[in-house]
Amino acid sequence: MATTTVEGVEHGHGHAHEVDFYKESHGLKSWLFTLDHKRIGIMYLVGTLTAFMIAGILALIFRAELLTPQIDLLVNAANPNFQEAASLGRDLYNKLFTLHGALMVFVFIIPVVPAALGNFFLPLMLGAKDVAFPRLNLLSFYIWVLGTAILAVAVLAGQLDTGWTFYTPYSTTKGVGPVVLANLGAFVLGFSSILTGVNFIVTVHKMRAPGMTWNRMPLFIWALYATAVIQVLATPVLAITLLLLVAENVFNIGIFNPAMGGDPVLFQHFFWFYSHPAVYIMILPAFGIISEVISVHAKKHIFGYKAIALSSVAIAIISFLVWGHHMFVSGQSEFAGALFSFLTFAVAVPTAIKVFSWIATLYGGSITLNTPMLYGLMFLFTFTIGGLTGLFLGALSTDVQLHDSYFVVAHFHYVMMGGNVIALLAALHHWYPKMFGRMYNETHGKIGAALVMIGFNLTFFSQFMMGSRGMARRYAEYQPEFQPYHIASTIGAFILGLGLFFTLFYLVRGLFKGKKVGANPWGAVSLEWATQSPPIMHNFHDTPHVDSDPYNFPEIDHSRATGGHH
Amino acid sequence: MSTAMDVEHGHAAHGHDAHGSDHPAFVAHHFDNAGQQEGAAKLGMWVFLATELLMFSGLFLAYFYMRSQYPEMVLEAHHELNKWLGGLNTVFLITSSLTMALAVRAAQVGNRKQSSMMLVATILFACGFMVIKYIEYSAKIEHGLLPGANFFAQHVTTAGGEMIQKAWYGGPQLFFGVYFLMTGLHGVHVLVGIGLLVWILIRTNKGQFSEHYYTPVENVGLYWHLVDLVWIFLFPLLYLVK
Repeated sequence: MATTTVEGVEHGHGHAHEVDFYKESHGLKSWLFTLDHKRIGIMYLVGTLTAFMIAGILALIFRAELLTPQIDLLVNAANPNFQEAASLGRDLYNKLFTLHGALMVFVFIIPVVPAALGNFFLPLMLGAKDVAFPRLNLLSFYIWVLGTAILAVAVLAGQLDTGWTFYTPYSTTKGVGPVVLANLGAFVLGFSSILTGVNFIVTVHKMRAPGMTWNRMPLFIWALYATAVIQVLATPVLAITLLLLVAENVFNIGIFNPAMGGDPVLFQHFFWFYSHPAVYIMILPAFGIISEVISVHAKKHIFGYKAIALSSVAIAIISFLVWGHHMFVSGQSEFAGALFSFLTFAVAVPTAIKVFSWIATLYGGSITLNTPMLYGLMFLFTFTIGGLTGLFLGALSTDVQLHDSYFVVAHFHYVMMGGNVIALLAALHHWYPKMFGRMYNETHGKIGAALVMIGFNLTFFSQFMMGSRGMARRYAEYQPEFQPYHIASTIGAFILGLGLFFTLFYLVRGLFKGKKVGANPWGAVSLEWATQSPPIMHNFHDTPHVDSDPYNFPEIDHSRATGGHH
Repeated sequence: MSTAMDVEHGHAAHGHDAHGSDHPAFVAHHFDNAGQQEGAAKLGMWVFLATELLMFSGLFLAYFYMRSQYPEMVLEAHHELNKWLGGLNTVFLITSSLTMALAVRAAQVGNRKQSSMMLVATILFACGFMVIKYIEYSAKIEHGLLPGANFFAQHVTTAGGEMIQKAWYGGPQLFFGVYFLMTGLHGVHVLVGIGLLVWILIRTNKGQFSEHYYTPVENVGLYWHLVDLVWIFLFPLLYLVK
């Protein structure tokens, strides 16, 4: 390595392969009571991916139901009273998509990148031994488990069919029961998110290795930092909203009840004040991943480092000012609508800065088309489609037409799945050798990526089309003219499911059969690659000293007039 | 480099980490020194306090929504609250903030005895606050001034003998819903604060703090001041409506 960012690296290479953090201690107890950020990260990863799988299978079930315009799959054929059976089937459909949404949002997407990957890599990339508060970190994991359990009980108890947004007055007229429980579950999950956020903010401020200035931090860290700021500032508002909703259900205080002088739109304001920034809790870490993956696998210095870093912060700030765009048709004032519409367009600016910077990074780079890079490129396509269709929904006039249609469903799946999940897949492949010390099968990886690409776009692009033609969301039955789109979408969903299960298969297989790799198989220069794979318990033998930025690849030719970068 | 040397090196580093002069027992293994640990703990506390403020801000918003919609109802309903008891509680909390600050100061200069005494005083004031809260809540419950249409008394009269219950729409049950939520959440924070104060008192009496290490005392102090601050806003908004 010509230019190394770490003084201790040569030294580190000299060490024989030492006991890694998996083998440092043994037994179930050593995992359940661990304070090691890497083990907590792994536990989060297993937990969140399990939730992802369950919620994904639920989606496959209701996609199968949507193959035909009538309700049939979810109807109990043994019931002689067809009307009653159909009604029960519709209820079941409502519960399925509610559970799908609640699991995906609260249990999977919000924690997966910060709490799983962030936990594992934030201290490593900063050159720290651990996060600032390891006990709090473990606590946040158990709070997450508790919240998930409460949510699961709420769902198994039966009647949760409000959608993941818990809109009043529907959610307050159901009586005490599943809604209250589900609210408590989300409330508890929020605490887990807050604790992770507090931990990350303090870790980034206080635990950076010597020489790791703010402008030498990897962009993944900048993204996690911006995410943590949103987690800390927005989640408490969700907490109080859910508490008010519980009080509304239990005590009937009336603050959201129009019959008693309250206002259901107030609930929407409260809810989206959290839940819109939460969208950026989901997508900002994905931006960070893409910055790492694209620069490392193109062996090119990231274009516009400061612009990307600060645009994360800008998005975090603007995200607090746009919640009203979820309520264009809820009866807020026209002035508020126009203002929120304008502010929504403003988010496009920092986001576009990122996308342009990634493309500029690719330009002239030595691109290796391996699985992480394929997912990185896929992200650029799918996320850009998701982002641009957001402009249709941010514009007042078109939103009135598209609101609550499949267009909205397709839009946020392109952003959440085409953004977050595709980036997560890029990250899982990019950091797989570091986390497990072995390599997945590259051919399998490419097949999986192709299946995911085809399946994902088929599923959701057809939803854009039917949505713009008037197909409303959240119904188990529909007009026959939409059937071709639904068939395409369902076929796509099953291809996507196949791709994801195949990915799970070869990633798990790689844990046992994969080729062993050294500390730095990709030739990256950020700090997590300077320690062995998998890392040792305390991450580094000696505290690393950083004297360069994390994108200064040795391959870059600094002598040429172009400078190789910028 | 041989394995043996590695092991030796590892041990040397470990020995330094655990027992070196700049790494006393109260500094956790993943911090370089006491200053880093203290900075991290304090920053963490401030960030946590920010989340607390935002959580209460939601209730304040609900309060102002209600007040802007139904100013007369709020004015009328607030007469049911006991200004004197509320005022006394305000005095209790402000004084407890003073004793807390004195406890922190005593801890900083290593005066264990005074710190312990001031913590006891803070705990007593906090308990006094909860006792008065209990008296206030009992009176409300007795008079049926409860949140929600299900529970709110049908025949409550004001001091003037007039029925305050006219209609559910924008009725006083809204005010008492917000009152109980705000003071209730605040009360839970006071209870948590009492727990934290007792914990700090025990640790102080065990001699775990010194002029070199008093971060937990300071952080509990910060928390206690926030609890006080929230009440300073709650009291005029709920008890002194004009």
